[in-house]
Amino acid sequence: MLTDDFDPMKGEMLRVMDEEGNVDASRMPKLSKDLLLKAYRNMLLTRLADDKAVKLQRQGRLGAYPPSKGQEASQLGPAMTLKEGDWLVWAFREMGALLWKGAPLETLYLYWMGNEMGNVYPDGVRITPSVVPVGSQVPHAVGIAYASKMRGEKDVTLAYFGDGATSEGDFHEGLNFAGVYQTPNVFVCQNNQFAISTRRAKQSASTTLAQKAVAYGFPGILVDGNDVLAMYAAAKEAVERARKGKGPTLIESYTYRLSDHTTSDDWRKYRSKEEVAEWERKDPLKRFRSYLVAQNILKDDESLIKELTEIVERAAATAEAVPVPSRQDVFAHTYAEMPAYLRDQMGGGGK
Amino acid sequence: MMMNMVQAINSALSLEMERDPSVVIMGEDVGLDGGVFRVTDGLLDKFGEARVIDTPLAEAGIAGVAIGMAFNGLRPVAEVQFMGFSYLTLNQMINHAARMRNRTRGRMTVPMVLRMPYGAGVKALEHHSESTEALYAQIPGLKVVVPSTPLEAKGLLTSSIRDPDPVIFLEPTRSYRMLKEEVPDGEYLVPLGKARTVQEGDDVTVIGWGAVIPLIQRAVASLQASAEVIDLRTISPMDTETVLDSVKRTGRAVVVHEAPRSFGPGAEIASRIYEGAILKLEAPVERVTAPDITVPLPKGEDHYYVNEQMIRDGIERTLRF
Repeated sequence: MLTDDFDPMKGEMLRVMDEEGNVDASRMPKLSKDLLLKAYRNMLLTRLADDKAVKLQRQGRLGAYPPSKGQEASQLGPAMTLKEGDWLVWAFREMGALLWKGAPLETLYLYWMGNEMGNVYPDGVRITPSVVPVGSQVPHAVGIAYASKMRGEKDVTLAYFGDGATSEGDFHEGLNFAGVYQTPNVFVCQNNQFAISTRRAKQSASTTLAQKAVAYGFPGILVDGNDVLAMYAAAKEAVERARKGKGPTLIESYTYRLSDHTTSDDWRKYRSKEEVAEWERKDPLKRFRSYLVAQNILKDDESLIKELTEIVERAAATAEAVPVPSRQDVFAHTYAEMPAYLRDQMGGGGK
Repeated sequence: MMMNMVQAINSALSLEMERDPSVVIMGEDVGLDGGVFRVTDGLLDKFGEARVIDTPLAEAGIAGVAIGMAFNGLRPVAEVQFMGFSYLTLNQMINHAARMRNRTRGRMTVPMVLRMPYGAGVKALEHHSESTEALYAQIPGLKVVVPSTPLEAKGLLTSSIRDPDPVIFLEPTRSYRMLKEEVPDGEYLVPLGKARTVQEGDDVTVIGWGAVIPLIQRAVASLQASAEVIDLRTISPMDTETVLDSVKRTGRAVVVHEAPRSFGPGAEIASRIYEGAILKLEAPVERVTAPDITVPLPKGEDHYYVNEQMIRDGIERTLRF
């Protein structure tokens, strides 16, 4: 068990692939070439789509947006271990995971453009809507998992949140409930080192965030979050544990946000260019690409970049073409049935 | 069968759990102990610990986990031990339960009930006597339901459990064991969003809910004038129509609540009456409420709570105007 081999109390961190893309064969998870390529494709798409979202925001065509740059591996690895019936509960910086699970890119753009239809995923895609009040989605993941377990279903619920969320009461209450009820949950803390401008060290005096699992009575593991193979391996084990009815796991993904918290802030105010440059050398995409090239799985990605850029452009255009909500749209779903006074407030037949 | 409110609520919970395997009960001490007021007594034995869930001591967690359960097909009925502790659930109830339907344009919903005792009358500790229904009623997407008798409690709770939207269900602490009345053993429903005319009258309309209903009934019994008494039952969404129909006939209205006066439900009710019936009014809408102070400890509570005399005085002021 990886969780036996890496002690979060001692700060031991799982890593499969080093910064040059060399892999530790003893830790390498079983993944077909196809799946490896598919993973690279997702990470590249996330990078390109993220970049496009920032550009759209700068042009006033999309609202405030939280960039994913640098966290593609951290997002994708765990999502790759999910089955169709499994649930994905996210915060707001998990684009790669959502794309993998089946959320269309145009839907994600639509949300950041300010339309609730961007929270509507295709039927059967079990993703909850974004959660902006930090950490408050953690108990939801536990409730979802409790319901699966109660009915004897084998579905697992994976929840993402950030390092800042671990300071919130909802994180504690959620993980505490999960420990008590041994729910089929996998909790992924994307420790990107910052809650907006507040550094990880000011968030918690714990040596690692993964060690918090110890207090809740279930395993925790610290993982190199810029190593998609390590994130996959840790999550695979955790998801299997949950599916077998052996309870939850906390995974701390040690990563770095290469861009701003959202397009409304400027990272230069709270960190040095040198620090960011240091993490750019650890870019999860470059690292994975080096590995794939060395293994002759990938030759070059020029044609892939071209194909994905077209997909991104099409998704943005599709999202922009969605009409603004009608008055009926914004009133109709307050309650299952509209009370008389709301119909009065809506007025004009809802046009 | 003759039941008090505790028994009537227990009966509603038990029948709904038999009828629908997706209904679960959760909260602090609701299982083994049957809840601090014994409302859920016996349900653990009947339905087992997977469905009658003793939770860790964490109100926000209870609400948040219940919301997740509702996302995944359950109908949780969560208990908070006293209304004063329900403030810990506000982030979950306001930011998630209330708006999930709208945020997903109807695809994801939160059919849950958050039950809690509210109000005065049991000489309790601090934070045990709150009546802050207006806090919840302000939130679009939540329903706020308050029963006034055992029969009403059974019918309204059954409807709340079956309702597709999140319901804050406020149980008047002092009415839990005050009165017994005939309550059907089997299924009994009272629709949400419909007020009840407790008694008809011609001269003044007195509007209240929950624990003040019996006080109003006693207060009007000794009046010379003929009072119409309306039990609002659902604070939100409010049944404005029943209130307006009555006030248009009587021309006078008194609103009675245990909640503090300013920004209380009475202000909203008065506003709706002015908007809908001003030309029929013979007097300003009178409010008989708690003052805008922190709920005193038991030795000082007579300075706080609405009583029969205050209600009678309020009605007489309105009639004299």
